Amino acid sequence: MQFFGGSEISPSPPVPTASGNNAYVLYIFNRNGVCLLYREWNRPLKTLNSQQDHKLMFGLLFSLKSLTAKMDPTCVDKGNLGVPQLPGQGCSFHSFRTNTYKLSFMESPSGIKIILVTHPRTGDLRESLKYIYNLYVEYVVKNPLYSPGAPIRCDLFDTTVDQYVRGLG
Amino acid sequence: MAPAAPRSGEAIFASVEHVNSELFTLTYGAIVRQLLTDLEDVEEVNKQLDQMGYNIGIRLVDEFLAKSNVSKCVDFKETAEVIAKVGFKMFLGITASVTNWDAEGTTCSLILEDNPLVDFVELPDTCQDLYYCNIFSGIIRGALEMVSMKTEVTWVRDMLRGDDAFELKVKLLKQVSEEYPYKDDE
Repeated sequence: MQFFGGSEISPSPPVPTASGNNAYVLYIFNRNGVCLLYREWNRPLKTLNSQQDHKLMFGLLFSLKSLTAKMDPTCVDKGNLGVPQLPGQGCSFHSFRTNTYKLSFMESPSGIKIILVTHPRTGDLRESLKYIYNLYVEYVVKNPLYSPGAPIRCDLFDTTVDQYVRGLG
Repeated sequence: MAPAAPRSGEAIFASVEHVNSELFTLTYGAIVRQLLTDLEDVEEVNKQLDQMGYNIGIRLVDEFLAKSNVSKCVDFKETAEVIAKVGFKMFLGITASVTNWDAEGTTCSLILEDNPLVDFVELPDTCQDLYYCNIFSGIIRGALEMVSMKTEVTWVRDMLRGDDAFELKVKLLKQVSEEYPYKDDE
């Protein structure tokens, strides 16, 4: 697939500090819960089939977002738990860490959610997730053969993301 | 690490690749001309331009969000300001202004002083009902729909019809809050 244009993707990517596989899994969802992209590099244990896995992941993040926003002690507005939030209100969480992995999350105002699961000692990946969002814009959104809302079938995007994620420290 | 501050429209406009503005204007003109030949009915052409704009808008919004780093706008007033100052600047190099807020803050007017699409354009008598720049209304509607705002965008003043500026009325119909998309079937 041809890629037209050579505009610089900004922000420029964070310098990779280590080579090799530090990332385990990547998901990209859109606002309707459709899993646009699922890549795995290191996932020995698979308990669910992919449909259920995607639903679980999306549901988890949806609930976590809602919960973290409602529990915000600095927020003036006191909505009830379970009431759908208007976009723009509330804080947004960006990662959680367990003893075996760290999950980093980014959501754009247009509802594109990027989730990256890495090893637990990874630093703050917010800039990296933004860079992946920029890649999504350049290779997927600007691709005339891609229909919005459908899973991404673009080799160039896959290889670029692959290369980038492998380079993350 | 603090999140990066939003970039100004000027800065982004300077950093993206530019296309020759005459090429852009003439290409758009050719599209409108072809639509008029194919569809013959001016109302149909208006609708088609709006639909094309909508399809552009739903993709444009991601590029806008990625390049400009704006965080979620708190209310519609901020949204309108961002569209006028950052959005139009970033994609077309023009600055729009926002005026005419109504009492509830749900309707405003976007005024474009100059408009690269209409260079060299004159509307003939047979096409006086044509909204030549109707693609803009579709783009704004599509983009805002992707950030959960249902809007209605209409033209109030059109320089090709003899007015002194381009004025778009943007009305917020409702804000759609996020809903859990899966049905509870398990």
